[in-house]
Amino acid sequence: MLADKDRIFTNVYGFQDWGLNAAQARGDWDNTKALIERGQDAIIEEIKTSGLRGRGGAGFPTGLKWSFMPKESKDGRPSFLVINADESEPGSCKDREIIRHDPHKLIEGALVAGFAMRARAAYIYIRGEYIREAETLQKAIDEAYDAGLIGKDASGSGYDFDVFMHRGAGAYICGEETAMIESLEGKKGQPRLKPPFPAGAGLYGCPTTVNNVESIAVVPTILRRGGDWFASFGREGNHGTKLFQISGHVDKPCVVEEEMSIPFRELIEKHCGGIRGGWDNLLAVIPGGSSVPLVPAEQIMDAPMDFDGLKELGSGLGTAAVIVMDKSTDIVRAISRISYFYKHESCGQCTPCREGTGWMWRMMERLRTGDAAIEEIDMLQEVTKQVEGHTICALGDAAAWPIQGLIRHFRPELEKRIHDHNAQFAEAAE
Amino acid sequence: MPKVTVDGEEIEVPAGATVLQACELAGKEIPRFCYHERLSIAGNCRMCLVEVKPGPPKPQASCALPAADNQEIRTDTPMVKKAREGVMEFLLINHPLDCPICDQGGECDLQDQAVAYGRGGSRYERENKRAVTEKYMGPLIKTIMTRCIHCTRCVRFSEEIAGVDEIGALYRGEDMQITTYLEQAAAHELSANVIDLCPVGALTSRPYAFEARPWELKRTLSIDVSDAVGANISLHSKGREVMRALPRINDDVNEEWLSDKGRYQVDGLSKRRLDKVFMRKGGKLQPVAWNEAFDAVAAQLGTAKSSIAAVAGDMVDCETMFAAKSLLKACGSTQIEARQTGMTYDVSNIAAVNFNSTLAGIETADAILIVGSHIRWEAALVNARIRKAVKAGAKVFVVGPEWETTYPAEFLGEDLKVLNRVPKALGDAMKAAERPAVILGGAALSKGALAPALKLVDKFGLVKDGWNGFNVLHMSAARMGSLMLGFTVPGGMADIAAKAPKVLLSIGADEMDYEPFADSLKVYIGHHGDRGAHAADIILPAASYAEKDGTYVNTEGRVQFAEKAVFAPGDAREDWTILRALADALGVNVGFDSFTELQGKMIAAVPALGEEGLADYGALPEADANGKAEGTISTYPIADFYLTNPIARASAVMQQCSAELLHADEIKEAAE
Repeated sequence: MLADKDRIFTNVYGFQDWGLNAAQARGDWDNTKALIERGQDAIIEEIKTSGLRGRGGAGFPTGLKWSFMPKESKDGRPSFLVINADESEPGSCKDREIIRHDPHKLIEGALVAGFAMRARAAYIYIRGEYIREAETLQKAIDEAYDAGLIGKDASGSGYDFDVFMHRGAGAYICGEETAMIESLEGKKGQPRLKPPFPAGAGLYGCPTTVNNVESIAVVPTILRRGGDWFASFGREGNHGTKLFQISGHVDKPCVVEEEMSIPFRELIEKHCGGIRGGWDNLLAVIPGGSSVPLVPAEQIMDAPMDFDGLKELGSGLGTAAVIVMDKSTDIVRAISRISYFYKHESCGQCTPCREGTGWMWRMMERLRTGDAAIEEIDMLQEVTKQVEGHTICALGDAAAWPIQGLIRHFRPELEKRIHDHNAQFAEAAE
Repeated sequence: MPKVTVDGEEIEVPAGATVLQACELAGKEIPRFCYHERLSIAGNCRMCLVEVKPGPPKPQASCALPAADNQEIRTDTPMVKKAREGVMEFLLINHPLDCPICDQGGECDLQDQAVAYGRGGSRYERENKRAVTEKYMGPLIKTIMTRCIHCTRCVRFSEEIAGVDEIGALYRGEDMQITTYLEQAAAHELSANVIDLCPVGALTSRPYAFEARPWELKRTLSIDVSDAVGANISLHSKGREVMRALPRINDDVNEEWLSDKGRYQVDGLSKRRLDKVFMRKGGKLQPVAWNEAFDAVAAQLGTAKSSIAAVAGDMVDCETMFAAKSLLKACGSTQIEARQTGMTYDVSNIAAVNFNSTLAGIETADAILIVGSHIRWEAALVNARIRKAVKAGAKVFVVGPEWETTYPAEFLGEDLKVLNRVPKALGDAMKAAERPAVILGGAALSKGALAPALKLVDKFGLVKDGWNGFNVLHMSAARMGSLMLGFTVPGGMADIAAKAPKVLLSIGADEMDYEPFADSLKVYIGHHGDRGAHAADIILPAASYAEKDGTYVNTEGRVQFAEKAVFAPGDAREDWTILRALADALGVNVGFDSFTELQGKMIAAVPALGEEGLADYGALPEADANGKAEGTISTYPIADFYLTNPIARASAVMQQCSAELLHADEIKEAAE
């Protein structure tokens, strides 16, 4: 279990004030100038040493991502940092806690990270539904400006850096990095084709890096305590601490900062008071937010909660939004509801996702009641494969995976429903 | 030049090419819906998937992937076939099965590609297909949005080529719908091109709805005569009727676009036609025989054969003008004029009144001064070219009343004096430009601005190595041909009127003023019952551009040949035969008995007309040092884009466009 002294987010529950003074008392903005004076390359090196992997779901090494940014502007274009606070993945609620209780960690991180990638400004794209959070964040940004921590000569470092907050309008797809850039530019939030990648031509055609809130907010602490400290947690390749968000059928759902690679059982026992109705009652877990395949109880129980460990189980860590489902769950209905979400949030730009998500949802709805043929399970599997990997962005994959997980682990349940349904009608027909 | 392998065949592709282009170079057909050569890359239909190594182990959209050295591209693997079949299945699950009643049938990309990649049956049979409400896009575009496959070609066309943000997508996911802004008509001059672009039957031609199937149509190569651009078109006819006009691809002229007028005035070809010989008897036009009409002309002329004059209209072909010139020459008259509205600009050097930078060349200009031209209406396709230049960084200045440009432009006022004392912003832009250009429109020519504008050639350095930026933009398809044939007199129409000819031959001249010719016998040789026919004493029915072979020269001096698509209605004859018969009636010899002989004589007289392509007019003349620009341009010659010629005025579609798109406010007011 992570010791209290090693926690990065010391106010994640809001027991203290979020304001600047309280944040400074917790150690934020402590001689930020010195962090910046280490220089861009040293900061990126430190982040690489720490083994920090992007906290938005894909788990791309953060230091490496920053190093793709141009070292100097050859044509006068500025660089930008875009911070993805459009936390819309069902199950995820970590960025919200950071923003409303510890916003200065994010703003300081924006300055340090922005400096490291030679960005002119940071845009924080916050989810539209986060109204109070947006108010808090804006106030925190204003506080930081008033205190001279950001803006011209930020924190006395001689570096000019602005932080802007932009509110989204409630579309899940705007959490995709290129759709977010489109949306920031005032266009319809539809993902762009890659290449060109944002690091070459992103926001307004300028080099841009898009990072998750958590990835940015941990940066100042990593720099202060050293990359080796951060790397001391978790297994090889999955270092650091992580905010886990446990929801569903546990006794005490919570958001908690824990060491990466913590076994699932330990995470639930220590922080959530165990599974509702005991461990025998556990049915399945979606370990990383709605877009990753579910993992059945017996496989997840002692699995390490990290990128590679869950990948081995055919799932993923995603945003570490752990959705626990006990045996009272109608698992088909649960996945069908997720399918509806993706159908509703598909941007409609490219064919497989636009047409496929609706088809998959309708199929799932029929499978829920068993009003289908056995062959249609295989057909659904094939349709998910026709969507997966054929789209511009990863929403198509995200829509396909939960269903693939369901078919992989709960095919007998699907077949049983079809048989029951048919039997019911066979009786009625007699 | 990267080297790639396509299905095992190694080829070299130009730098910057995409994988799709590489495959095409290798002769592989790649199915596509959203990709279009002249539009930006959207990559959203996912039909063009191919397998590329090195790369991720999944199919890649070839339209958006740059070709790189040592790429191994496969278009024939099971993975590729399966991926495309999957995409096709998705496209079809919500596409209605209404091909039998769809106007796109027979020329539908989806239909064609479904043959190659479609399944035999549907796996979506237990669900309902999506239905989408109709959208109103104006009198030209018919929408059946249930058929839409969301390729966004129409959206990209109106944004990128037309420069009018009118079409866009609403909602998201499977509820996404393509529509115009507030469901208003798409009101610009190139709007109907989205019909050609639409790969399915979602956007079809409203006037042509349910008229014909593509396989029933005869295609004839022709030239658009609605403006002086000379867009290459193909006339599709069924029996004796022209059903529609579609653009042909010619990168030098119209790329693959066509203005709405050129496309939709063709229904005017069968309305208000002159199909009998008429003669005014007792103040009323009465049908008569050809001989009677010819005799009347001969009688009027009597022995004073040289008292005959000819005026040519805007849509007349070179052969007809040459035949008329020959006839008058045989009669001993030189009173010929094609500038029917009375312009008198100097035509001693045609280079000075030519679009010298060429239509394609104007795209590369980096500073453009437009003097007295409403280019959107006078040459919509040139406007699209200028928009391209602006997107590449060109600055545009306009002298004349303000009109809605589709690109940023600075209006310098209506006073022509700015040509004498150039404003600083204009001077600086021209000085900094590597390829500066001036475009002089009809409104400027009529104010005598040609001579002072020629002075700008030296001032702005318009002529350089490989670049001539001095341009005159005409509006009449006959103009450059008439100038090459010398179909002018120095004083223009005033000179003709001063001579008070006994007989005035009006060859399709509908925009001229007949008032000064009250005492002349006015013989109208034309095809539509328009202004000329109203003023005429004798009407000899002739053929329109669709009903005769003919040579046209566009505003950049490009000689192009149009072919006869259908026969003229009723008694109407091809113009040259009428003039030939008239020669017999007048007892003179014009020296040709067939169209081939006529053409041969014409080419002998003006060799440039015998060669399709740009004519060479030599160097620009020296500017007259005393030329001073005076006056103001208060209006442009075109008052209504849709009704500029007799065919368009006869066209119900063009009348509707004019009423709905240009005069909608007046209709609303009248209704109140």
